[in-house]
Amino acid sequence: MTAPTTVAERDAVQETGSPVGRVLRRLAAGELGSLRVLIVLALIWLIFAIANDRFLTAINLTNLTLQIAAVGCISVGVTLVLLLGEIDLSVGAVSGLAAAVMAVLSVKHGWGPYPAIGAALLVGAAIGLFQGSVSTQLAIPTFVVTLAGLLAWQGAQLSVLGSTGTVNLNDETILNLAGVFLDDWVGWLVALVVVLGLVATEIGFRRQRAAAGLVQAPVVGSVIRLVGAGIALFGGVFIVNEDRGVPLALVILVAIIAFFHWLLTRTRFGRHVFAVGGSDEAARRAGIKVKRVRTIVFVLASTLAAFGGVLAASRLQAVNQSSGGSDLLLLAIAGPVIAGTSLFGGRGSVWGALLGALVIGSISNGMDLLALESSVKFMVTGGVLLGAVALDAATSGRRAGGRT
Amino acid sequence: MTQAAVNPSGASASDGGAPLLKLRGIQKTFGAVRALDDVTLDVRAGEVVALVGDNGAGKSTLIKTISGAGPADGGTITFDGREVVVKSPADSTALGIAVVYQDLALCDNLDVVENLFLGREARRHSHPFSRLDEVAMEQKAIELLAELQVKTLASVRTEVGSLSGGQRQSVAIARSLLGEPRIVILDEPTAALGVAQTAQVLALVSRLRERGLGVILISHNLSDVFEVADRIVVLRLGRNGGEYPATSDQRQAVVAAITGVADDQPPAKADPRTSFTKEQA
Repeated sequence: MTAPTTVAERDAVQETGSPVGRVLRRLAAGELGSLRVLIVLALIWLIFAIANDRFLTAINLTNLTLQIAAVGCISVGVTLVLLLGEIDLSVGAVSGLAAAVMAVLSVKHGWGPYPAIGAALLVGAAIGLFQGSVSTQLAIPTFVVTLAGLLAWQGAQLSVLGSTGTVNLNDETILNLAGVFLDDWVGWLVALVVVLGLVATEIGFRRQRAAAGLVQAPVVGSVIRLVGAGIALFGGVFIVNEDRGVPLALVILVAIIAFFHWLLTRTRFGRHVFAVGGSDEAARRAGIKVKRVRTIVFVLASTLAAFGGVLAASRLQAVNQSSGGSDLLLLAIAGPVIAGTSLFGGRGSVWGALLGALVIGSISNGMDLLALESSVKFMVTGGVLLGAVALDAATSGRRAGGRT
Repeated sequence: MTQAAVNPSGASASDGGAPLLKLRGIQKTFGAVRALDDVTLDVRAGEVVALVGDNGAGKSTLIKTISGAGPADGGTITFDGREVVVKSPADSTALGIAVVYQDLALCDNLDVVENLFLGREARRHSHPFSRLDEVAMEQKAIELLAELQVKTLASVRTEVGSLSGGQRQSVAIARSLLGEPRIVILDEPTAALGVAQTAQVLALVSRLRERGLGVILISHNLSDVFEVADRIVVLRLGRNGGEYPATSDQRQAVVAAITGVADDQPPAKADPRTSFTKEQA
């Protein structure tokens, strides 16, 4: 069976023209958001590579991935919340509190690494459940609930850390999270398995559609996507293997993102998240339990924030009073937004968490290499955020204008 | 019980078969305002009944008593020969009554297939982490739209936000059919549509009738009503204002019944209309 034929209707969707023209049009229309942020990233890398020849070295890029692991993990949760059209201002404080809980349990109470990390994640989940329930049951905007949380959990963190204010981590397993690297061959093996998995999935997907007689997307698109993923994976492994190897933290971050991408795009829960973000009234009328979806998302976001806190603590090898504070929250929200996740809900992808964190991390890393002051760093990061969102607003205005 | 009491003036057009949906003596009050008073309505399978009336005549209120969104205070609803109680939207859905609302209730950020199956997604397995069965949903969507002869969609994977008003309305109507209803209620389906798109939607309404569904069409637009309906039920100030066959010679009579200047209509006291406008909210 072929696609239903298009009868002339004034504003029927136009999908004509050469493939290149089509891609350019879709790019301009903001549909290929991830490609746009890749271009931004390439520009930033180009600028810093010209400004400082150490920027694109294996050791620096490896450091970059370690720098972004924690904020990237928190950004995954923020993306979920943004997809609902909500906001979670407490993720930074939650990451700090969870890290403090883990550190105190591990160092002062002698808990094993896994129970300590598990307790940190539970604290995150409980906070998410609390904030999500309060917001949905009492119909209080999440902005307010999580703002209150931001203050309260910061206080809880100070109280957990106690009078010393700093706890140095000494458990090897916890330190390894951000401190261990895969052997070269293991890195290659992981990349190979992932690429083969992607190819197999794509072939299976196309076979199924062909068997069902459905329209197939052009093969070129699949090939480009798979080759792109292959280059990114093998190229990435090649580069970091020049230095210390694939950081475990990066593997964990990518695995988390891949899982949540699958959850959002392939399961009923994910579909409902997008529906609630698109129109909660439509979702409610379709029989979706909107409050439950919202609450679950807040639980997931806070749990991811807690794990981000664990990763940050592992990298710092300590938890102190400023863990989870400073600009962490703002960067964790800015990342997905730079990568094209809409603040109004319903549009975005968790891969934006990785790409956005890479953009922000690259700016910060590159400016550090150039020994610029943090005043400049903040202003440039702010400029990039505004520029990215302005671009998004301009293109989505065009998208909305396309319909009657 | 109140059957004999209400048989307002005007012709009763359809005579084939027992009504699928039968409303008798429906009452609804909002505080001191009597929004519906002793309203009668019959809908048979394979019949399009137009429900017309001025603003505040009680059309939306009556629909809400059927859909369960605003249950009636009194009167009886009989569905398929059985007296039923409709207290919530879930009750009416379970009976096989689907409502397509004026404001559509579609998610602009989802594509046609995703919208059609929202809340009733096909899955591979029944556990909560099961993958969606996109292939089955897409096949069913193409099949359904082909049956309804909705031909203007370039692809069922088009985002609904980029569709025209007529296409969106078609998707909303198609969506209501997935629950295999026996009665479909369309609330102002052609409001805010252009000429070509209105024709598209009206053709779709006729196809619903061909499928043997009972259709209740609420509309302000009398030319749409005369084009597609079998029978016209007029509501005026919360009461039955007459019932007419949808033949063009009845046009004057219908207009008169809506505005309340028909000979056989009891004269309205002063102008009570203002006291009824709140119910639309």
